[in-house]
Amino acid sequence: MKRFFFLLSPMFFVAGTLAAQDTTRAEEGVRVGVDYRPGVRPGLVVLPGPGLDSVRAIIQRDLDYSDRFEMITVGDAPRETTTGAGTAPGGPVNYELYKGLGAEFAVELSQAAGGVTARLHDVTAGKLRNQQTAPLSSGPDFRLEAHRLADEVTRWASGTSGAAASRMLFVSRGRVYRADSDGHDLVPVTPAGQTALSPAWSPDGQRIAYTQLGEGRGGIVVQALSSGATFLAPGSQTALNITPAFSADGRTLAFAHSDERGTDIFTANVTERCCAQRLTVGRFADNLSPTFSPDGRRIAFISTRAGPPQLYVMAADGTDQELLAPFDFGATGSSNAPEWSADGASVVFHREVSGSPQIFLVDVSGRRVRQLTSSGRNEDPTWAPDGRHVAFVSDRSGRRQIWIVDIETGRVRQLASPDAARLPSWSRRLGRATIVPNP
Amino acid sequence: MRAPSLLMLLAAAAFTGACGGRSAPEEPAPEPTPVEQPLPAPAPADDSADRERMERERMAREASERSRAVAADLAAMINFDYDQASVRAADQATLDRKAAVLNANPNVKLRISGHADERGSDEYNLALANRRAAAAKRYLENKGVDGSRLDVIAYGEERPLNPGSDETAFAQNRRDEFEVTSGGDNLTAPQ
Repeated sequence: MKRFFFLLSPMFFVAGTLAAQDTTRAEEGVRVGVDYRPGVRPGLVVLPGPGLDSVRAIIQRDLDYSDRFEMITVGDAPRETTTGAGTAPGGPVNYELYKGLGAEFAVELSQAAGGVTARLHDVTAGKLRNQQTAPLSSGPDFRLEAHRLADEVTRWASGTSGAAASRMLFVSRGRVYRADSDGHDLVPVTPAGQTALSPAWSPDGQRIAYTQLGEGRGGIVVQALSSGATFLAPGSQTALNITPAFSADGRTLAFAHSDERGTDIFTANVTERCCAQRLTVGRFADNLSPTFSPDGRRIAFISTRAGPPQLYVMAADGTDQELLAPFDFGATGSSNAPEWSADGASVVFHREVSGSPQIFLVDVSGRRVRQLTSSGRNEDPTWAPDGRHVAFVSDRSGRRQIWIVDIETGRVRQLASPDAARLPSWSRRLGRATIVPNP
Repeated sequence: MRAPSLLMLLAAAAFTGACGGRSAPEEPAPEPTPVEQPLPAPAPADDSADRERMERERMAREASERSRAVAADLAAMINFDYDQASVRAADQATLDRKAAVLNANPNVKLRISGHADERGSDEYNLALANRRAAAAKRYLENKGVDGSRLDVIAYGEERPLNPGSDETAFAQNRRDEFEVTSGGDNLTAPQ
């Protein structure tokens, strides 16, 4: 009975607190096929850390965007003066105070030799649960290090790592841009004055591939992000080549080659730069948008073999081609832009419903199809590395922008970009953050 | 009746121009005129020159108009139904005229570019546009045009003809464009 009280009372408090906080978030138009019970997320508070306002802002936002916690906000004033009953830096945390605010977890940040120490306190149990010091200096990786620390805190508190230490590619005004997962640090990575399309990450985050369109033709450019060095993927030097995707080991690039014989899927070795191989024989049907399963053994793709484009799957050598997402001929709309999840369990894609594309999932083993969005045009989805967030393009704000949905809760947020944005690609986790497979 | 080729018309016009007025060997023909006695009296030299100049101008104008019409036949766009790449019945005549021009002008090479409206996936629209361009090429090949003269490219939805977002704009943007890449001067009208 006592435990029951402990679990419930903070929830009611938190739900009330957060209703106001959530008013800026657009949730309209998203229908999620799982039952979400509000209030089951644990309350979490990030305590003010002296001299660490910018780090705290990044980590607090990352934890919020992880959608695992009900975020509880306290003032930015140093916590020892917040109530007079708080704690001095490095001293004991006033668990009763934060328990009273509805927190189950409190994150304490403090400056330490060599960086910043994050401590996760279990407020309910009244003890320190985890701590780690991250090398947070003012170098170019400052934000990424802060994101990594946030992902660790998420893992400590929820059991699965966050996706903050990752980046997004998307196309705006013909250029590929790169941004942090929270939308900050937006930088162009391809030259102005060109038409780039369909950027894709290599799994290690070191390279990208994209279509460079010119005069109705285009090759697949493979570009190292650090040096900017580029080469054309083998087999993509002639005609039009679109929709590149790396295999999980980063050695193989799959893409679609379009010429007067149609559009077919090829693979090429982009480590040794050789060995272009054709996987599909369309005979005037199109085959495009390949996406590898994480074990590299299968490729999901789009084909017009039965008329409108639909989602199929084949072995990575092109054999055993079969339908992946069931459809009713003549009734189900076109399906496009698939991407296989990092845990291998499902493929996200978009499908036309009453003339507008909507985001769908198909689970690979059961072949059940689930619709994630329902208002406006929502297209070109891409998986976050945590396997529970999907970024996509939506016109719900009046112009095409990148939006992110948490498929567990249905919560939606926008990844702000100055101009219209399209064709997003979400990286894997970047750098040293511990990768924990989703259950 | 065989239509004179544009080249022949142009050559004829040029020949007339080069020879000036009445040709010397004809006029002093001494031989008797057996039947047709009442030959029209030779017009004064000035009138004749005027008539010939007007005739030359008329022929040049007609040749130019004909050439323009032939070029227009080559450039005429065709349109497609939504998410379709098959040539519509209404556009077959357009392609038939292109095939006739191409067969009458073996040096002409054509670039066919496929386009899509803004609906549908950006990436799929490239493949769809490619299929539209390829469909026109296949149609022309079936009408006897050598495939090596027909280049196929695709822009997808990247180059809309009409920037609007309504049904009219969509219908205009679902199209193949045709551009002469070589041999476009002195086009011969098909027979």
